[in-house]
Amino acid sequence: MQSDNLVEIAGVAFGYGARPILKGINLTARRGQVVAIMGSSGCGKTTLLRLIGGQIKPGQGSVRVAGESVADLDQAGLYRLRRKMGMLFQFGALFTDMSVFDNVAFQLREHTDLPEDAIRDLVLMKLNAVGLRGAARLMPAELSGGMARRVALARAIALDPMLVMYDEPFAGLDPISLGVTGNLIRRLTDTLGLTSLLVTHDVQESLKIVDYVYFVSEGVVVAEGTANEIRASDLPYVHQFVHGEADGPVPFHYPAPAYADDLGLGQKRA
Amino acid sequence: MNKTVLDLWVGLFVVAGIAALLFLALKVGSMNTVNATDSYEIVARFENIGGLKARAPVKSAGVVIGRVDRIQFDTGVYEAKVTMRVDKRYPFPKDTSAAILTSGLLGEQYIGLAAGGDSAMLKNGDTLKITQDAVVLENLIGQFLYGKAQEGSPQ
Amino acid sequence: MPTIWAWGRNVLKRALENLGNSTVQGVWRMGFATRFFLAVLMHSGTAFRRFGLTIREMYFTGVLSLIIILVSGLFVGMVLGLQGYETLQTYGSEEALGVLVALSLVRELGPVVAALLFASRAGSAITAEIGLMKATEQLSAMEMMAVDPIARVVAPRFWAGVISMPLLAALFSAMGVLGGYLVGVQLIGVDEGSFWSQMQSAVDFEQDILNGVIKSVVFGVAITAIALFEGYDAPPTAEGVSGATTRTVVTSSLAVLALDFVLTAFMFRGLN
Repeated sequence: MQSDNLVEIAGVAFGYGARPILKGINLTARRGQVVAIMGSSGCGKTTLLRLIGGQIKPGQGSVRVAGESVADLDQAGLYRLRRKMGMLFQFGALFTDMSVFDNVAFQLREHTDLPEDAIRDLVLMKLNAVGLRGAARLMPAELSGGMARRVALARAIALDPMLVMYDEPFAGLDPISLGVTGNLIRRLTDTLGLTSLLVTHDVQESLKIVDYVYFVSEGVVVAEGTANEIRASDLPYVHQFVHGEADGPVPFHYPAPAYADDLGLGQKRA
Repeated sequence: MNKTVLDLWVGLFVVAGIAALLFLALKVGSMNTVNATDSYEIVARFENIGGLKARAPVKSAGVVIGRVDRIQFDTGVYEAKVTMRVDKRYPFPKDTSAAILTSGLLGEQYIGLAAGGDSAMLKNGDTLKITQDAVVLENLIGQFLYGKAQEGSPQ
Repeated sequence: MPTIWAWGRNVLKRALENLGNSTVQGVWRMGFATRFFLAVLMHSGTAFRRFGLTIREMYFTGVLSLIIILVSGLFVGMVLGLQGYETLQTYGSEEALGVLVALSLVRELGPVVAALLFASRAGSAITAEIGLMKATEQLSAMEMMAVDPIARVVAPRFWAGVISMPLLAALFSAMGVLGGYLVGVQLIGVDEGSFWSQMQSAVDFEQDILNGVIKSVVFGVAITAIALFEGYDAPPTAEGVSGATTRTVVTSSLAVLALDFVLTAFMFRGLN
């Protein structure tokens, strides 16, 4: 019986040496959902993606994808799992020495024995899905940021994975590209029956397309809910995040001694 | 970069590199080492080999016909035992003599073979009977001074 | 003056701490580098099964280094011809010019200078490329696509460098001999016949040429391994990559010179 949950993270803790980054995360993503993981920079969102992808192992707890515990897989098993996952890196991470076409064809050429005709058809199909079929012959250096990310998306779905992870897909994009990207993520998830995991801090765009949101702060999940629940939430951290308030649970001032002391006022000068 | 153009350049590079190696091997150096299959070994004993080294040429009438293979010290008779390889094309009579000569005035030393008159030829592993040691400069000077002293002293 | 002693003690203490720290770091890094090198060797299967990858890298390391190698070889040979003639002339042995030029090049200058040039051109390029691929997460992306970056990216470059190095050294020596010939025979007027004939009798294939080739293979291994490691280990920032590139050139140049000494002592010892 296949569970409805594609990704299950239970009680996961992770840290670099003495520095804990994640202190106890519980998170699930069901098949066909778009799930967003939000939080301020450095709260461990990207670490979660790397845990799911098996690049690092959790100190405590378990990470399960399609029922299999990622940390317990051997090299062959891990590679097998990764062929069913796609990952979109923050700036695309396209291979700069290959054309757009070759980038998307990469996984097909490495992992399948398909003839070049079949590969060509598949690549053009994926590029068409992201609207960049005409850019197939360009080199990554000739693409704009938004286009590069769309090509990376086409590359991530080349083998029709069951899970796609996006690391800050909206960072640094102009309003049109933002709309395009958000639209693409939702459409691809629905038409291909994927599960999408977004790590982002772009609230407005994500709330338009996601099914469920997790808020991470200080290494734990502080809030979760559907898009509407989050928008209506009055938890101080969520409220500050969603409305972009300057001061709140995340303080404006970096910890410093008292202002008067710093300026040397009220001190006896020798 | 088109794959076929790339392959072409790499192919040219490898061909050029191998050509350079061949040039070095054939025009710059030479396969000087006489290999075991087309040479025969002969041994010569000397009381003093001077500056003779392994791989020194073995010449006869000034033509290089072989190489010194190895030089050993014979503790039985306290002499130097020189083993050399001579090209199979040049057989020498059994009474051939070997001398250690110097090319030029102060150049490298080599073995010069002077053929004898015997009808029987040297075989692989034979020892030469007649040898002439290297000229040691100090002995020469000593001889000269001694000779001069002899001349000058009153009888 | 107690404060000066205290200050001096502090400086010394900090210097020793830094030295100890750097040594420990250095040893740790050597261990990591050795494991990396072994991993590259073990994953070399792909580099040979898909030889096209290696050929592609041979273009970037070997072919693109040709110009500097050929031109430098020519100039070094020409200088050897000039300088050699000056010195030999005082002993009346100008005809040994061919011997001087050929032996210097084939035994030492060919492998070593070609290796140093290779380290600065191809070595730094490899480090920068791998470092940049790491900084832009391309290696991570490849890992996430279930393709081992060591097998696919690092190993082909390693074998390309190892194969290219002896070819480049041979080309350097050949050009050098040509340069020496041009200056000695054509320009200065040393007798052409004795130039080549004395050279041929003095340069032995096994002893000199083969040893030179062995040297250049060893240098190729050292330089490429160092370049790949520095790139793979570089911090993923602009300063990180530039620091790694500098370290590649310095470390591999020193390694080449040290290995040259060891190999020469080992190889030419029996020539008494």
